[in-house]
Amino acid sequence: MSAFFSWLAGLPPLAQIPVVIVAFGIVMVLVVFFIEVAPRSGRGYSIMRLCVAIGVPLAVLLILGIEAGAFWVLIIAAILGGGLFWLDYRARGGSGYVIQLFAFLSPALLLLLIGLVYPAVQTFVNAFRSNDGTHFVGLDNFVWVFSGGSTGLIAFINTIVWVIIAPVFATGIGLLYAVFVDRSRGEKVLKVFIFMPVAISLVGASIIFKFFFDYTQDPQIGLLNQVVEWFGGTPVAWLQNYPLNMVMLIIILIWTQTGFAMVLLSSAIKGVPTEQVEAAELDGTNAWQRFWNVTVPGIRPTIIVVWITISIVSLKVYDIIAATTGGQNDSTVLGYEMVKQFEILPPQAGHSAALALLIFILVTPFIWYNARNLKRQREE
Amino acid sequence: MSTSTRAIAGTRPGPSADSTNRGALRRTKLRLSSPWATVGAIVIAVIWTIPSFGLLVTSFRPPADITTSGWWTAFVNPQFTLANYVNTLNFNDTITVGQSFVNSLVITIPATVFPITLALLAAYAFAWIDFKGKDWLFIAVFAMQVVPLQMALVPLLSMYSNGLTIFGTQIFPGLNLNSLTSTYAEVWISHTIFALPLAVFILHNSVSAIPRDVIEAAKVDGAGHGQTFFRIVLPLSMPAIASFAIFQFLWVWNDLLVATVFAPGANAPITKLLTDLSGTYGQQWYLLSAGTFLAIIVPLIVFFALQRFFVRGLLAGATKG
Repeated sequence: MSAFFSWLAGLPPLAQIPVVIVAFGIVMVLVVFFIEVAPRSGRGYSIMRLCVAIGVPLAVLLILGIEAGAFWVLIIAAILGGGLFWLDYRARGGSGYVIQLFAFLSPALLLLLIGLVYPAVQTFVNAFRSNDGTHFVGLDNFVWVFSGGSTGLIAFINTIVWVIIAPVFATGIGLLYAVFVDRSRGEKVLKVFIFMPVAISLVGASIIFKFFFDYTQDPQIGLLNQVVEWFGGTPVAWLQNYPLNMVMLIIILIWTQTGFAMVLLSSAIKGVPTEQVEAAELDGTNAWQRFWNVTVPGIRPTIIVVWITISIVSLKVYDIIAATTGGQNDSTVLGYEMVKQFEILPPQAGHSAALALLIFILVTPFIWYNARNLKRQREE
Repeated sequence: MSTSTRAIAGTRPGPSADSTNRGALRRTKLRLSSPWATVGAIVIAVIWTIPSFGLLVTSFRPPADITTSGWWTAFVNPQFTLANYVNTLNFNDTITVGQSFVNSLVITIPATVFPITLALLAAYAFAWIDFKGKDWLFIAVFAMQVVPLQMALVPLLSMYSNGLTIFGTQIFPGLNLNSLTSTYAEVWISHTIFALPLAVFILHNSVSAIPRDVIEAAKVDGAGHGQTFFRIVLPLSMPAIASFAIFQFLWVWNDLLVATVFAPGANAPITKLLTDLSGTYGQQWYLLSAGTFLAIIVPLIVFFALQRFFVRGLLAGATKG
């Protein structure tokens, strides 16, 4: 496989797209072809099944690049393949059944096992080992995170502030806007303006706002400081002093997430029965009472989903910090500090892993609650 | 095949019912609409658009003007040029901005095709093949969404270069691509892996919603799993595939974290290069403004061209990352 990728890297970049997709496609067509012919009966197909059962493990071993000890590779492949063939022969679903199941599932599951499960376990272990990975240090890395004066502590505190502030404002403004557009003409056009930032990358959004926040001596080129001057104030270096810089960075995330909140809440508002609103109107309630007593209870599950989703995004923020302050002047967060700790020299792998584990611990309850909430909604 | 398409189309309300419904909705809406709500919405919309609009105007102004006057003065004294875009495309940091734009494409297209194909295969097995421990395995895959990318980055990076050794036995010797400058393999593989839990989940939702009768009719006609997959499941899942493809395309195009770790050099995408430029050339606004709009033009095209799929994909994939 590495030989193929090495060869591929020699091609011009754009030419690599069709080549790698065609190569992938050929493999997939082969897989589906074997799936199709696997259950057919007859001696010829039995021999083919045996060949596939041994050949596929062999091919995988070779693709993984284990050329050393061809003899052992062959032995392992024969044992794996023989086992697979025997299982397949005895399968209740008839011969071909296990091979089909393997062909459907194993590409995705194998990749997940190697690329997600194993690394996550490894990071978990690394969080309790020294920075060079040589020995076990217990909770030392967490002591580093939470000891006063470390960048880990400030990252942790800031992340908590992000998770508290960003979802409130993004959901709140999103809801306000959804209510406004619901009662105004030209709804579709108005929605586009708020929704467009959702498509823009966080890097793009960060640079857009870095310009908006720009701080210079006269004349101002950043609009925010110009507005401050128009109102008779003195320009402020928005991104330099803590905690103002953190608040300004959170605004960037709010700007991108509000459109997402608005779209979800808007479609939820449309789902609130018109009769209920009209009945409340006949009872002589004002607009605010109708909103608070009819609309909000009607869209409560959606509000929760939006809230949690934006909380999860806030917990993992990386791009905004990387593209603006680079974590300087205490503006760092867990997601950014984690990458920075293994990029500095020498790499602080233990610190980095401890920070990653912290993100995992903070994210888990939100995702668990979200999954439960979604499941309940679907059942209703 | 034709019966199945009709069966699914039949669940939607007919066109006539739909249009009367919409007419009634519009009447109610007009009655309820209030000028204050419109004003409120317009105020927020204007505030939301000003920052991007300011940078967009800046990207068309001559560099000397950008640094000496605010972009709003350009309306009094209009002077616009395309030179910033031309200069930025050729601007060379570690690579040119133009090259990084191409890199973004080369990273994004395969990283969208691979996970969807693999996930669709797995989704089919989870939906239409019975085996022991199926529910348990499916929940395990779904639960992997809990793992934040940050947990996987460092070990994955070391696995690509040093291989994988468990209990002293080398299982995988590494990709040995360190010496190559323009290889995208590590980014493709990483994005594919990170997309899988969500892709399997979303595609399973649509694959398992296909009526059992349709699958069984195909079985009776003598179709195996392979034919059923290609001729029934694949075409009927197209809407779900399309919305997830758009979500994944945008996610990979807009990604910075995975690119920073796995594509730091000559294969860096435009998000990575812009971040670097913002650190090194933070006050060169002619460069950053034009570069930013080059980076966001592709998502915006996708957004305007495929709005309906876009929203659906986004809602489905909201919690990824």
